[in-house]
Amino acid sequence: MYVAVKGGERAIDNAHAWLAEERRGDTAVPEMSVAQIREQLKLAVNRVMTEGSLYDPDLAALAIKQARGDLIEAIFLIRAYRTTLPRFGGTRPIKTAEMACIRRISATFKDAPGGQVLGPTFDYTHRLLDFKLAADGEVPPAPTTVPRQEPTPHITGFLNREGLIQQEPPSDETPPDLTRAPMELPGSRALRLQALARGDEGFVLGMAYSTQRGYARNHAFVGELRIGTVAVEMDIPELGFAIDIGEIEVTECETVNQFAGSKTEPPQFTRGYGLVFGQTERKAISMALVDRTLRWRELGEGNVGAPAQDEEFVLYHSDNIQATGFLEHIKLPHYVDFQSELELVRKLRRDASGAQEAAECPL
Amino acid sequence: MKQTADPMPEKGRDLNDYNFAYLDEQTKRMIRRAILKGLAIPGYQVPFASREMPMPYGWGTGGVQVSAATLTPEDTFKVIDQGADDTTNAVSIRKFFERTAGVATTEETARASVIQTRHRIPEQPLTEDQILVYQVPIPEPLRFLEPSEIETRKMHALEEYGLMHVKLYEDIARHGQIATAYAYPVKVEGRYVMDPSPIPKFDNPKMSGNAAIQLFGAGREQRIYALPPYTQVVSLDFQDYPFEASKADASCDLCGADSSYLDEVIMDDAGGRMFVCSDTDYCRARRDAGQSGSTATRENGS
Repeated sequence: MYVAVKGGERAIDNAHAWLAEERRGDTAVPEMSVAQIREQLKLAVNRVMTEGSLYDPDLAALAIKQARGDLIEAIFLIRAYRTTLPRFGGTRPIKTAEMACIRRISATFKDAPGGQVLGPTFDYTHRLLDFKLAADGEVPPAPTTVPRQEPTPHITGFLNREGLIQQEPPSDETPPDLTRAPMELPGSRALRLQALARGDEGFVLGMAYSTQRGYARNHAFVGELRIGTVAVEMDIPELGFAIDIGEIEVTECETVNQFAGSKTEPPQFTRGYGLVFGQTERKAISMALVDRTLRWRELGEGNVGAPAQDEEFVLYHSDNIQATGFLEHIKLPHYVDFQSELELVRKLRRDASGAQEAAECPL
Repeated sequence: MKQTADPMPEKGRDLNDYNFAYLDEQTKRMIRRAILKGLAIPGYQVPFASREMPMPYGWGTGGVQVSAATLTPEDTFKVIDQGADDTTNAVSIRKFFERTAGVATTEETARASVIQTRHRIPEQPLTEDQILVYQVPIPEPLRFLEPSEIETRKMHALEEYGLMHVKLYEDIARHGQIATAYAYPVKVEGRYVMDPSPIPKFDNPKMSGNAAIQLFGAGREQRIYALPPYTQVVSLDFQDYPFEASKADASCDLCGADSSYLDEVIMDDAGGRMFVCSDTDYCRARRDAGQSGSTATRENGS
């Protein structure tokens, strides 16, 4: 006899227990510490911090451990935690011109003040599996040098001086925060940049790549990519001045893009901008390309109907927490809706076969 | 930031350490404002700053936020999914509020003061003392006709619903009837076309003139909308093709009900099936009162 399905609660508890066991894996293998993840899977930690919109390497590492290495799940954990945190206030804009760079490259100039600094990059490694790592990951210390003391100027600043690149209008407006106010479109550039910074790395990469392949092409050079630490300053009302409350590592990318010029304006380069937490270059460059593409209206370019030009399309679909939740919700029971469709399809088929029979044997 | 010792002893928080019903009071106030605006403009989608909840988008975060902003410690809470109290996601949401709000919970429709639902309206008529909170995946009834939110908001503002009528007309031209079985669009008080959430169209008539407050929360899409008590809600149709609330042409095999919405359950490999009430509380109450369907009769008879 049919018994209505019961026991959802016990099933959930048991599933959670099994999940915990699976997360731990073979207990004969030593457990991984949060510090190990933080130090040795740093790029994963950076991605979780960036898309989770929370700069905390320890929490990001914990989330990765809890999520069994599923980075979108880890980002979700960070986001859910982040929403519950009280807001003490806003910091001053970080000064990336004063960044202590560990990496700084420009594709537009062979050399420039501050130099080309490769830093810790995969760029010129040969992608051969290093079997030595499987046995022993210890490495001799890398050569060191005295770091540059003076600030490293921005490459676009040099172009700016000649008027060769379009100027960004300065603004003291408080940027909108899409985590505290519903997203309203069309949005400002600041809103778009926030959404892109939080956006899924794969999605933003795909969008950026599509522009390179001709869907709203705006040929981009990496004017500058810099990675390093910057101070975070906050105005303390009781003190009447700003103090350093810490430092964060960020990746900043400025692209230099073509621009044809118009009747009123002489030809000028234009720019796209990307800024993310930690060393996360692929994301920063992708973000800059998509930012530049989304500026078509402001820069007087035509809309060629490319996906990356459609602000609503990009912004509404870049968030992997929204996307994964909605995508995966189709695992939930839908039998009530399915039942109603079942009845409908049966009825339509009855009507159709009835009409067919009537047509075959006319009375 | 080099640290080696275990970094976060005091960062951990238990679910019980959060504010009543999880959300902070500021957020609840923001949501309540959206709800009040929604009640003042029935059927209008009010944007609200939806928060990231500790459950995934698409799994009821909108309903959960509306419930969190609505619940008081004295409330009795009921959660159903597909009409049932014991589906896994209903269990999960009920547990969440048991832990974060400590409210009393019930499976009995009549005893609940706040009912959160996904895809169904309870069979038992609701009263003025009750609030029904719907989980909404896509709040925009015009979304599948026009993907752009900028455009659909304009269409609502201008009351430009021609596209929807053309769609319904095309259904009739192609299938001989309106081929929408659930999330069947409605018009509220002669003004806004509204998505009733993915309830079967069988439930649509229950929305109209309902004594309870009906609130709709769409977390991912950041929208709240509402129907105050006794609001007129009309399912869209044509004079010559009137709306029809349909269900399986059968009665419940457990309780014998012939006017409740039924789930079809596959019994064996030979095409055997039975029909049971989708509203588990309704079915249980009928059986407790001595009603029975064909299965019970058969079992008793053999």
